[in-house]
Amino acid sequence: MDAITPPALVEALALRDALPADRPLNLSRRGLLGASLGALVLGVALRGAPARAQAAAAGGAAKPGTRVPAFLEIRPDGAILLRSPFVEGGQGVSTAMAQIVGEELDADPARFVVECAPPGADYMVVNGRRLTGGSFSVRSSYATMRQLGASARRMLLQAAATRLGVPLDSLSTEPGRVVHAGSGRTLDYGALAAEAAALPVPDGAPLRAEADFRYIGKPVARLDAREKSTGKAVYAIDLAVEGMLQAAVQHAPRLGCEPGAIANEAAVKAMPGVHSIHRLPGAVAVVADRWWRARRAAETLEVAWSEPAADARNVMPADFSSDGMRAALAAASGPGNTAETVGDAATALKGAARTVEASYDAPYLAHGQLEPPSAIARWNADGTLDLWLPNQAPEMFQRVAAQVAGIAPEKVNIHSPMLGGFFGRHFLYDAASPFPQAIQLAKAVGRPVKLIWSREEEFLRDALRPMGLARFRAGIGADGLPVALEAEAVGEGPIGRWFGTKPGAADPSAVEGISGKPYAIPNRQVAHVPLRNPAVIGFWRSVGHSMNDFFYEAFFDEMADAAGQDPYALRLRLLAEKPRHKALLEAVGALSGGWKRGPYEAADGTRRARGVAMASPFGSEVATIAEVSLKEGEVVVHDVWVAIDPGRIVNPAIIEAQVNSAVALGLSSALLEEVVYADGAPQARNFDGYPILPPDRMPRVHVRIVESGAPMGGIGEPGLPGVPPAVVNAVAALTGQRIRSLPLSKTRLGAA
Amino acid sequence: MELIINGTPRRVNSEADTPLLWVIRDELGLTGTKYGCGAAQCGACTVLVDGQPTRSCVTPVESVAGLPVTTIEAIGEDPVGRRVVEAWVAAQVPQCGYCQSGQVMAATALLKQTPRPTEEDIAAAMTNLCRCGTYNAIAAATRQAAQG
Repeated sequence: MDAITPPALVEALALRDALPADRPLNLSRRGLLGASLGALVLGVALRGAPARAQAAAAGGAAKPGTRVPAFLEIRPDGAILLRSPFVEGGQGVSTAMAQIVGEELDADPARFVVECAPPGADYMVVNGRRLTGGSFSVRSSYATMRQLGASARRMLLQAAATRLGVPLDSLSTEPGRVVHAGSGRTLDYGALAAEAAALPVPDGAPLRAEADFRYIGKPVARLDAREKSTGKAVYAIDLAVEGMLQAAVQHAPRLGCEPGAIANEAAVKAMPGVHSIHRLPGAVAVVADRWWRARRAAETLEVAWSEPAADARNVMPADFSSDGMRAALAAASGPGNTAETVGDAATALKGAARTVEASYDAPYLAHGQLEPPSAIARWNADGTLDLWLPNQAPEMFQRVAAQVAGIAPEKVNIHSPMLGGFFGRHFLYDAASPFPQAIQLAKAVGRPVKLIWSREEEFLRDALRPMGLARFRAGIGADGLPVALEAEAVGEGPIGRWFGTKPGAADPSAVEGISGKPYAIPNRQVAHVPLRNPAVIGFWRSVGHSMNDFFYEAFFDEMADAAGQDPYALRLRLLAEKPRHKALLEAVGALSGGWKRGPYEAADGTRRARGVAMASPFGSEVATIAEVSLKEGEVVVHDVWVAIDPGRIVNPAIIEAQVNSAVALGLSSALLEEVVYADGAPQARNFDGYPILPPDRMPRVHVRIVESGAPMGGIGEPGLPGVPPAVVNAVAALTGQRIRSLPLSKTRLGAA
Repeated sequence: MELIINGTPRRVNSEADTPLLWVIRDELGLTGTKYGCGAAQCGACTVLVDGQPTRSCVTPVESVAGLPVTTIEAIGEDPVGRRVVEAWVAAQVPQCGYCQSGQVMAATALLKQTPRPTEEDIAAAMTNLCRCGTYNAIAAATRQAAQG
């Protein structure tokens, strides 16, 4: 994932205007403000995990997720610091980790303070890697983190046994302390932490019986609700370090263009608070004492941008447009790379009583997380570099930051604050993160630099959900059941872009949601027709599912219509041999008061209809029903019912919240969102031109969690993919209009 | 110029047309008020100016000189604000939390002016964006705070 490896970055940077820092600063001198544990002085640590754990952990040979001191510190008052492998960005993973570890440690999750761990081998608990994404955090680390908690509890018990001079098996625990029932004596964990720290990590510490769980599976309160309700939560954009300057950039209008002459450089340099002006790869930057001064100066710069060099990487063509891209996707012919083959779809189509064909597409999308990207870079006297930045993968950012800085990775200290939303935004994508610029600016000015991208610069450099298109052909048999389905997903997925795919192989992130569907259609052929996006693309909540389940599940209703069947009944019939899916579809039907497609008249006199969709994203199963009406040509979504089966669960309240959140984002994409490019530039640079779901378009959301006992699936993303097709299918039922291109705001609905 | 921030006079030297948001965040170091869009679209920067919910990212600082400005940092000093916060915690409203300072300020402003709001009042007052889609929880918590 060498996404950001500009080999000539250092050389390209004009190290000019390194003025002495002679301007008065009005920044706090208290050093790092608002670090997540700034107020929590950890008195006693289990073997004193170092503040710079990355260096220590990097050398450790222990299996990831086993070295208790790398994860846990317990202070005398019983507060527990957990260094989590995962970053909290709203999905509730910090609370989930406290529940899982607390369950086995025997400690109330409310006593935990959770922060994202620094880079280090100890934290590579996601199949030997580390990232926060793919709805993978809890399900990938559940067993590891349980065992970690159990190991820590065992160490505390051993320390207590030694202290009290009693056999270990005469001791038990209750939340936060060890109990010797024989004598009635108790010892708080905080009082044992130092002794426990001296002990080796035990093997095979026993786990609590699931029937005795008090925290796992319960709606434990989020650890961060109060700080987030009082403005005390600290995000990267809120941080300050002693002596820092602040920077803003003006990016090249198109990727690949480079800054040339600046017509008004002297005038801008004279603007209030301006420290220096810098040319960076693909951008100009202003460093100032305060951010607003830097921003105002940066946007004032009149820059002559060169056209991209012939050999430049990642060039945004001057004539690129999203309309043109859609046409290119439509023109890209198959057969492409096979993703799924069952039976013989081509032959079955020839023999079908009738066939149905349709082409669907979905636009580029922006992440629109409300916290704009930022980074603080501080070069230290010993040659090390500290970086504070939003990220979903500390080790990956560490490695790339080291390349940019020209130092060894272990000399880069990565700090990963809480994220003000992410949805896939904070992985590594080309030219999509401020940290390389911050590193270079800090080097140039000889002081720490905090760089914030304005919302407008963020819209210019966000890594987009790719535009996609899918062509379907289905054959209906004489019995009214589908006998064959052919599908071609045209475009590019972020897995292929950033991790590569084998030659001739389908990109899973381009076909997921079209392949892997559970319906009993006896002949199926799914292929990926690759077409590269000139725009930088990235992961966006539910990735390929975010559009592919819309394509497939909407086309499914077209098949049902062609076969003269009710779409809910046809799904049930084609899931007859899939008990997990069938049960879920029945569950969402029941949750909605019994399936009815409509149209029908609601109590308020509006004419309404419902649509249904299924999805199998990220190891979970989801069934969704939406009810809609029309108002002045726009769809009104009244209720969304979601039944979700993640197999097994950790926190039902957070699951319900995440489903609400996924419904909102899925609905936002269905109704409103579209990044439009013209002449190589995004036409919207803020939320006025790129509307996202406002409160008055939020439907009621009803959630039923089904614990089937299947292997644990994901939670953060799975609620999304079913929403666009359920809404579009409801619109079709209501109006007869079959919408095959999102967002719905492009089409005036109902009688013209 | 002199501002009255959370009841305390504060002398600031930012240019007169600097948005209030950046004076609060950068010059005064009160980072609970958030920058989301800079264009009065999202409301993450909502503060109270003389009791009115105000999008500080487009409010020139000179326009509030001498007027009482309340930020999220002072939310606990107001009985209505405290009630809103407790309702927010009870309803477990925040997800990423980035917009919630502004949401809490907007709800506080509403309930101070309209202690018993109708659904329409809530819809009209609570227009800030939330990318995590906590809108239903926000509305429920606002209703709860009004009853509390």
